[in-house]
Amino acid sequence: MPEAGAPLVALDGVEKSFGAVRALGGVSARISAGECVGIVGHNGAGKSTLMHVLSGGVRADAGGLTISGETQDAYSAARAKALGIRCVFQELSLCPNLTVAENARVFHPAIHGFHWRRRAGDLIGRKLDEIFPGHGIAANARVQDLSIGRRQMVEIARAFTVTDAPARLIILDEPTSSLDEDTSAQLLAYVRSSVAQGAACVLITHILGEVLRACDRILVMRDGRVTVEDSAANFTRDRLVGAMGGVEARASAEALTHAASEAPIRVRIRPQKQKDARELVAREGEIVGLAGLAGHGQTDLLLATFDGRGIVGAPVALVAGDRQSDGVFPHWSISRNIGVRSLKKLKAGGLISARLEAALANSWRERIKIRTPDINQPILSLSGGNQQKALFARALGSDAKIVLMDDPMRGVDYATKLEVYALVREEARSGRTFLWYTTETEELKTCDRAYVFRDGAIVAELGPDELTEERLIHASFAGAH
Amino acid sequence: MTDLRATLRALLPALSFALVLAAIAALNPRVISYFGFTLMLNYAVPIALATLAQMFVMTANDIDLSIGAFVGFVTCVAATWLHDDPLFGAAALAACVALYAGLGALIYWRNLPSIVVTLGMGFVWQGLAVLLLPKPGGKAPDWLQAIMGFKPPYVPLPILAALLIAAVAYVGLMRTSYGAILRGAGGNSVAIRRAGWSMLKVKASLFALTGCFGVLAGLALVGVTRSADANIGNGYTLLSIAGVILGGGEFVGGIVSPVGAVIGALTLTLASTQLLGFLRIPPDWQVGANGAILVLVLAARVLLGRGKAQ
Amino acid sequence: MNALLLALARRPWSFSFLGAALVWLGAVLFTGGMGGGGMLTAAMALSVFAVIVGVGQMFVITLGPGNVDLSLPANIGLASAVAMKVMNGDDSLVALGLAAAVAAGLAVGAANALLIWALRIPPIIATLSASFVIQSIDIAYGRGLQIKPPPGFADFTNLQLLGVPLLAVLAVAFTGLAAVALERTVYGRSISAIGQNIRAARLAGIAVQPVRLFTYALCGAFGGLDGALLAGYFRGANVDIGNEYLLLSIAVVVIGGTSVAGGRANVPGIWGGALFLVLLQTMLNTFGVEAGVRLLLTGLIIVAVITAAGGEKPTG
Repeated sequence: MPEAGAPLVALDGVEKSFGAVRALGGVSARISAGECVGIVGHNGAGKSTLMHVLSGGVRADAGGLTISGETQDAYSAARAKALGIRCVFQELSLCPNLTVAENARVFHPAIHGFHWRRRAGDLIGRKLDEIFPGHGIAANARVQDLSIGRRQMVEIARAFTVTDAPARLIILDEPTSSLDEDTSAQLLAYVRSSVAQGAACVLITHILGEVLRACDRILVMRDGRVTVEDSAANFTRDRLVGAMGGVEARASAEALTHAASEAPIRVRIRPQKQKDARELVAREGEIVGLAGLAGHGQTDLLLATFDGRGIVGAPVALVAGDRQSDGVFPHWSISRNIGVRSLKKLKAGGLISARLEAALANSWRERIKIRTPDINQPILSLSGGNQQKALFARALGSDAKIVLMDDPMRGVDYATKLEVYALVREEARSGRTFLWYTTETEELKTCDRAYVFRDGAIVAELGPDELTEERLIHASFAGAH
Repeated sequence: MTDLRATLRALLPALSFALVLAAIAALNPRVISYFGFTLMLNYAVPIALATLAQMFVMTANDIDLSIGAFVGFVTCVAATWLHDDPLFGAAALAACVALYAGLGALIYWRNLPSIVVTLGMGFVWQGLAVLLLPKPGGKAPDWLQAIMGFKPPYVPLPILAALLIAAVAYVGLMRTSYGAILRGAGGNSVAIRRAGWSMLKVKASLFALTGCFGVLAGLALVGVTRSADANIGNGYTLLSIAGVILGGGEFVGGIVSPVGAVIGALTLTLASTQLLGFLRIPPDWQVGANGAILVLVLAARVLLGRGKAQ
Repeated sequence: MNALLLALARRPWSFSFLGAALVWLGAVLFTGGMGGGGMLTAAMALSVFAVIVGVGQMFVITLGPGNVDLSLPANIGLASAVAMKVMNGDDSLVALGLAAAVAAGLAVGAANALLIWALRIPPIIATLSASFVIQSIDIAYGRGLQIKPPPGFADFTNLQLLGVPLLAVLAVAFTGLAAVALERTVYGRSISAIGQNIRAARLAGIAVQPVRLFTYALCGAFGGLDGALLAGYFRGANVDIGNEYLLLSIAVVVIGGTSVAGGRANVPGIWGGALFLVLLQTMLNTFGVEAGVRLLLTGLIIVAVITAAGGEKPTG
């Protein structure tokens, strides 16, 4: 039965920054037993960070967390689990080589001894039956043999299973991303019934119809804060979109007719999941944006372009967004990191010339203003923003005429961003083509045009006058559901 | 078509065994007898145990390049200390298992590559073995010889032993609740850690199991050969890896099969010792044939769609 | 002086040289100061063989975790037989014999590369399997071979100038070339990039797969060269001539300061590591220690060094 009075979870003024980026700028929220709270927001709103704080994966810089009236000082993932907080994030945490039942056992140390397999199988099987009737998943099926949708079902069901400790709060982060319509409906129905029996639930989803149907209250987040909080009954789709920053009225999404550039086409590529005839076209000297919710196929398209699929008429370079995993060579100097894409042209007499390499690095140091006394310093001596600048220098210093940018300005300080935007505009004017995937609406203003992505396909093309946050958010969230 | 491939993949160990056996039978029908099997497969037991030892570390994406040297060392310990002073010998072997467990913990704690560590340990074991027994010799304990020379009715000892070993390993790794955790660590160690399990314990346990089965392999081997030799186990490293792979195991991902590994070990024993002799492959080439067999097995797996990009 | 010492201490290879010096000192003290010079000369000569394959192994290891060439001993053994057979005791055929040995090694390396690429086997397994096949080929090929190297060639490999082996001088030049290749060629930069971050390397336009395969072929070629030189120095080929070079090739790389996680190669360190291990053996021999102790110590040192160095920082 839902308790009257004290909420289950109370967040007070929670702040979290990652370097120069403020992910949460003072968030306060209450979640009570017996209710489902929805959280919606565009890129960078802070939804995932908030959930990581709540589930113990990330420690907040400031602010308080109270669970069942107890202030949590030494909070951790283990503590969260002990207090009955479960979460299903987008990165699935199943062991693919184990069966469904064995994965249930991994989650519940309490299941051991004789017939543990049967007990674990029954536990997860019953829960799957409860949530997804007719699921057709065998408890002894190996997870890696299941489709991604079924894996998601298993992960969700597992989060609701109970052995020794009760499951009091279940956090679902984009749980329906791999589920079809019927299965999604089943999940939402189960959330409602679970909540009616006293559990608390947090639902993060970009599908507005879902959040309106399944939630009691909705928090709209934007730029690390909660902007609007109200009961779900008081929200409509338009009000939600408006609260996130989009236009309230429906705008037409017809194909634009503006004075098209006559410059030669450099890139022509269609996303793999595109069902209609739309494709991405980029010409010489253009800065074309790839927008929409993060992770909806933009990076895939950039990589496809890098690999040469579609029509790609000039050398290509890529500026990585995830510096650590895709960009920086940690043992090298700044100079070497910049020069690595241009090795052939740095040769003098068969060997790479230190002089030419230094000249290249120094010229870019000045041009892009990398703050360092010496380009032979290790790259890790630079701040994050300056490291990103070095990665830019690497791409721009090469012979590439097409530069792909994989959301490279994420987490970079504002001053650096301005310097880079100016440089991109300058380079475009001299004929380079930029394909710029960005999750920050501000950056779209630097683009000539933008394509909005959703679920792996292009859903809209925004012309030069339409590169506003309102239109972008509207296009990102448009759709039947 | 994919179903057929998947079935073939799963049956690869058993099919290979049947194939090799059929070839041997065709070349020399007289070996299909109680005596023949006992003779052909007398090295199968130590090889199977060594293969299982390798399988345990491969469960969590490691590899043991020292298993061959370790088996050789154990035979030396068995033929000297264990024979002369059983309590001391047993304590020494127990200490070896503890050392293996410690290595596993060290590898996890310092995040070391098991290739290099076990390569180094291989030379440690070899050095210790040579110090203990500079020339082949010693005498295996009587009770070990008796066990390995035991002649059960109807079923040849190696086959009986293989069944027993496979059953124990299967139950231990595939049926127990902690076995699921051990295997899960190979599939997604982050998930295992997040669920609250200690990865340190997992690694130490797997390496301890390897040490344990390595000891058993050495004991079985010396029971068969009756005397010890520091270098006798040198081929076991490659054979054990080949056996795990032939049995359906993978290098990464926590996908291993104890039953398959034992069948694989039997197949390789037959192929590398008997088949080559019957095919009149000169002794010079027998060493190479082991390598070729492994390559063939891996090629077959790629063809059947199992190969992963490296 | 302090600044110099500090700078030296920060170099990853300085410890290996320090270790080598200490070991030499230990041995000299034990013999009461006699034969110290001779010890050094012998050590330099023997180090050459470890250094040559060490460089090849270093290139392979620098490619990143999981990359190692375990087929070196078999490769060396085969190459030594090939060299001796082709040279056939005739000084005029020395160049041909060397070329044949290098070609044999290159073929082994190429075979490794093929296995890794076509069968998608991890390098450990590919090179391990290849080593067994090569061993058989060597046994069959070199059956009953007792061919001595051509006298001129054997003398050349044993030649000394003022107590410094000629081979050592040439080997230093060889490692110098390797260092230049590593630092100043597209190929060398590619290896280092792949070892540091294979994904970033691909996205920076580096031809990852061809570079990898070429590196294994190159390592094989160096093994072939080593086999020929060993046969000359020890005045005869045999199957086991390369056996200790597996651990030695990896040990000199690790002890010398190359990162086993990849991406950070260290050429001078290979000399430091080689001298250290060879002098260690000399010292142990001087102390009259048995063969087993040497194996034991070498193994322990490897484990100790890799433990001290630690592995890649775990992600997540």
